[in-house]
Amino acid sequence: MTFSPELEARFARLLESYPQGRQRSAMVPMLLYAQDEVGHVSRELIEEVARRVGVEPLRVEEVAGYYSMLRRKPLGKYHVQVCTNISCMLAGGEEVWEHACRKLGIGHKEVTADGQISLEEVECMGACSWAPAIQVNYDIHHGVTPEKLDRLLDSLRKLQ
Amino acid sequence: MLYNAPSPLEVKVLTRRFGLPDSTSIGTYLANGGYAALEKARGMTPEAIIDEVKASNLRGRGGAGFPTGMKWSFCPRHSPKPKYIVVNGDESEPGTCKDRLLIENDPHQLIEGVLIAALAVGARAGYIYIRGEYRYLIEIMDRAIAEAYEHGYLGNGFDLYTHTGAGAYECGEESALLESLEGKRGVPRIRPPFPAVVGAFQCPTVLNNVETFCAVPAIIRDGASAFADLGTPRNGGTRLFCLSGHVNRPGVYELPMGFNLLRMIEEVGGGVRGGKKLKAVIPGGSSCPVLKAEECDIPMDFDSLAKAKSMLGSGGVVVMDEDTCIVRAALRIMRFYAHESCGWCIPCREGTTWLRKLLQRFHDGQGRKGDIALIGELAGNMLGRTFCPLGDAAAMPTLAFVEKFRDEFEAHLDGKPCPREAVYA
Amino acid sequence: MPDLVKLTIDGNHVEVTRGTLLIEAARQAGIEIPAFCYYPGLSLQAACRMCLVEVEKAPKLMASCTLPVAEGMVVRTQTPAVAAARRSTLEFLLTNHPLDCPVCDKGGECELQDMVFRYGAGESRFAENKIHVQEKQWSPVVFYDAPRCILCFRCVRVCGEGMGVGALGIVNRGAQSEIAPNGGDHLDCDQCGACIDICPVGALTSGAYRYKTRPWEMTHSPTICAHCSNGCTTTLGVRNNRIIRANNRDRSGINGEFLCVKGRYAFDFHDHPERLKTPLVRAGGNLAPASWPEAIHAVAAQFEAAKTFGVIGGSHTTNEENRYLARFAREVLGTGNIDHHRTGDVATLLASGAPLATTADLYTAGAVLILGADLAQQQPFLSWQVRANHRHHGARVYVVTPGPVREDQYAEAAVRGGAEEYGALRDRLAAEPDLVIVYGDAIKGDAVRRLVAFGCSLGIPVKYVALVDYANSRGAVENGLTPDAGALTLPEMLATNLDVLYVVGANPLKHGPGIGGQGPGFLVVQDLFLTETAAAADVVLPAASAYEKDGTITNVCGEVLRLKKAVETMGPKSDLEIMQRIAGEMGAALSAEPRAWTPATDARPDLVWSSRDSLFTSGTLGRYSKLLAAVRA
Repeated sequence: MTFSPELEARFARLLESYPQGRQRSAMVPMLLYAQDEVGHVSRELIEEVARRVGVEPLRVEEVAGYYSMLRRKPLGKYHVQVCTNISCMLAGGEEVWEHACRKLGIGHKEVTADGQISLEEVECMGACSWAPAIQVNYDIHHGVTPEKLDRLLDSLRKLQ
Repeated sequence: MLYNAPSPLEVKVLTRRFGLPDSTSIGTYLANGGYAALEKARGMTPEAIIDEVKASNLRGRGGAGFPTGMKWSFCPRHSPKPKYIVVNGDESEPGTCKDRLLIENDPHQLIEGVLIAALAVGARAGYIYIRGEYRYLIEIMDRAIAEAYEHGYLGNGFDLYTHTGAGAYECGEESALLESLEGKRGVPRIRPPFPAVVGAFQCPTVLNNVETFCAVPAIIRDGASAFADLGTPRNGGTRLFCLSGHVNRPGVYELPMGFNLLRMIEEVGGGVRGGKKLKAVIPGGSSCPVLKAEECDIPMDFDSLAKAKSMLGSGGVVVMDEDTCIVRAALRIMRFYAHESCGWCIPCREGTTWLRKLLQRFHDGQGRKGDIALIGELAGNMLGRTFCPLGDAAAMPTLAFVEKFRDEFEAHLDGKPCPREAVYA
Repeated sequence: MPDLVKLTIDGNHVEVTRGTLLIEAARQAGIEIPAFCYYPGLSLQAACRMCLVEVEKAPKLMASCTLPVAEGMVVRTQTPAVAAARRSTLEFLLTNHPLDCPVCDKGGECELQDMVFRYGAGESRFAENKIHVQEKQWSPVVFYDAPRCILCFRCVRVCGEGMGVGALGIVNRGAQSEIAPNGGDHLDCDQCGACIDICPVGALTSGAYRYKTRPWEMTHSPTICAHCSNGCTTTLGVRNNRIIRANNRDRSGINGEFLCVKGRYAFDFHDHPERLKTPLVRAGGNLAPASWPEAIHAVAAQFEAAKTFGVIGGSHTTNEENRYLARFAREVLGTGNIDHHRTGDVATLLASGAPLATTADLYTAGAVLILGADLAQQQPFLSWQVRANHRHHGARVYVVTPGPVREDQYAEAAVRGGAEEYGALRDRLAAEPDLVIVYGDAIKGDAVRRLVAFGCSLGIPVKYVALVDYANSRGAVENGLTPDAGALTLPEMLATNLDVLYVVGANPLKHGPGIGGQGPGFLVVQDLFLTETAAAADVVLPAASAYEKDGTITNVCGEVLRLKKAVETMGPKSDLEIMQRIAGEMGAALSAEPRAWTPATDARPDLVWSSRDSLFTSGTLGRYSKLLAAVRA
């Protein structure tokens, strides 16, 4: 597989970050950064990462299936993750989640027909004191209300 | 960045530089006393550093509260193997959002804490494991690490790297974190041996929470007793409490260990939102047994909460008002543990899944008479029998919810819908 | 003097070696602590939590599978708390287990059934939906039914640690965790089936066995695998006079529980439709069925009339048969023209007087040197032994092979040429406490003598294994199936126009030069199938397979192992009985004092050549295993 020069540079740095013979350590970061670029963890990516860190692809499959941020199918260009865990729940996170589902007409880990927006109900994202929180790709938004979510989703639509 | 206004009641030790212009830069850090503790530590013997940390009564801020100095002393300094420092920045305990602020606002404080630990045990490299969702923190941390190299704090015999996780609560458990760091599934290791002896890459390793390392520069700079005296006996210093839920001013506040919980809710958090009555508080993140309102007049330190059969945990104080449905809270927490159970051991894997399904059915109005007892029994059957503490983390709050709020569970019986569901609509 | 630790288990005073795990200490004292994930010989996991026990002064129940014994430890395994923990763990396990025992192959020999029977609750409290996923087929051999899987990870470990293959892994998380194969949706592996046998439940089942029988309907006959030279005991499960499965779960035999694809599944040649059931006699140019008396009479008449003979024996016939054939040739036919296809130079090694290694030595030796052999492909049990020795005892392994082999993964050194490397290797070997040298067919004749001299020069105890191919290749050498001095060798017999060529359990026309000139005046072949050689014969006598007769064979290390008849096939007779019938028909009797016979000490290096079978081939025999054909495809 070919990646951007920036990602290749990151891979090179990652592979140098661990003691000699421990390059397998770079596996999880490589998968996540590669996913950011190519969209999801395909079998091809698994084989590529396996080759680069020097393990059998099955060892990468095991890891890819374990971490909840690694996804085996493409999701939307904007992946909207709504936290409904305890602090967010107390602050209305579940209502934000239901609102998002209704508004977009999709459910958990589903993608809008145009492939632009996907939804995921996620566990605690570390924004408890400023709940409810959502994450769009890596951007965290605090104190989200259904109205704020509407504005945010509309702005994402405009960005397309 | 800061996301809530500070409280005048705060005692700012770890957060003292928060809010300064350009607070993440090494210039700001150096101009405000940064790396002075490291200089001081360089003049101390490793034993003296460890003794100082022991004397400070600093206890692990990740949740278990193990004395930090003692943990460092278990690391075999004279082992011929290389030694490593690993920072647990996998902050994932529901209700907890403090490590994020420490890195976001003052990354050099963490680097300095790590460097002092490296001096104490003779480590040659360190890894800051940051949960994958906190991508922006990795960028902040990488910039700070680069600055520390430029200024010669790093690179002279000690290297420091960031390492991103990819979504797994279990990796907050230290041995699971090490597995994850080694490119494996985040499944805990059989202990003993503990990481101090066999840790990262099979080598002796000091592994602490972000906040724990961040407390170290202050301890060395100001002396152990100055830090210890801020708290209560055996519970030194301050800690970052993450106040969330039904309070008027939720936020992260640095308060002395032993700060009274009720006072925290009333005076720091501005009281329960909407003038409602307090029902219950989860005092230290979702795995800590809930306290009823009448149990909340309590000093927030490890020992006092243990005496109350709960835990100080990771500092996540989740406040629930009178309208809160406890069954719904119990369900949401169990959904989390079932989602995060690594699947390694039977009682946790199957127990959390069963309880999740049972609580869902129960909350949906399909509860049966025997279910309440069953919830308690199943949680009891997980308690103390799982491979790692995740099973206990799921069982303990569940047991407390059922024991302390049995009436709320009973109110869900006989096909009745959640009596409090209306308030969320 | 072993370092002993005294402890108390259920009131019994127990003394065990320091470092013993509590679960093993209890077993030694006759106390069973149940466990799923704990498996002797494999890495520890503490995952199933079935083995929790009470240990005095411990704040909670302790996993006995990872707890080393300590002096004065007081352990209780029968308390209400322990019983409750076991009952609860089983209850948890059953929540997502389908309980389809009536249609599960494992029913009747399922460890989960047994545990629930002994330690489980009588009723179920689980009222929620179970997780369901579709069953998957990963190879002709391996099927995986995830809902039945209890995630003990034995399969993952036996494949990775025991076999050194690592074809199985764990994917997903929590209750969705599953076992997964290395090929994405299929298995690229040895197809050994160890994962299936080690599975405590019916999660992994075999394509060869599934839905054919209930386990208690079979009788079980431990015998020796008919394929390679390693001599593994394979316990044949027989129902209605048919072999339904093979395994070695009781760990009888030198191989413990090890079996490769051939030992576990390639018994299916025995009821292949092309199996010869009646004698064939050539009439008018074609082979036509004949009765046994007719065929035996035809053979005896030709034998009595002939002047010159050649006798070719087999590598699968028993020691008793080989000895009989050697004597029949020399004493009845009066010829020293007797040979077989030699696959390794055993003769020179035996003549050298060098110490010989047993299969057990490969598990205990301090170091092993592998010369010119791909053990994992050709000597799978020896490969297992060496790997187990490395894992359990830290044995150091050195490999000198033309290409990469599985042992490279953990070898101290893998040498692929280069004189300097050999020099360094010699120094490292000399520093070992003791050594076993295993060598392939490239080392023969003088090279064997030089190898033994090299071993002597190291100044440490060295033992040797000369690798050979087939179940009784070694027994053929040791029981006289080599020519007398000056007599004809196998290729010479084929090239000479002899009056009679008598082939017992061999297929010399499969490879090699073929028959020279007009060929023998009369060709008699005893075999299971109409092989290339049998097809050219004047009389073909259908022989019993190894699974249809008693006797002994000698494995690659010289260990004599017993065949036990498992099934009866109508029609064929054992080679011994056929030979005795011919002798009887000829009115010949073997003398009480066998004629003195000197085994050929000149190994004739040119006559030693391995068939280079892989795991999925097995000489002529392998062609008649449908399963081997399926996994090869």
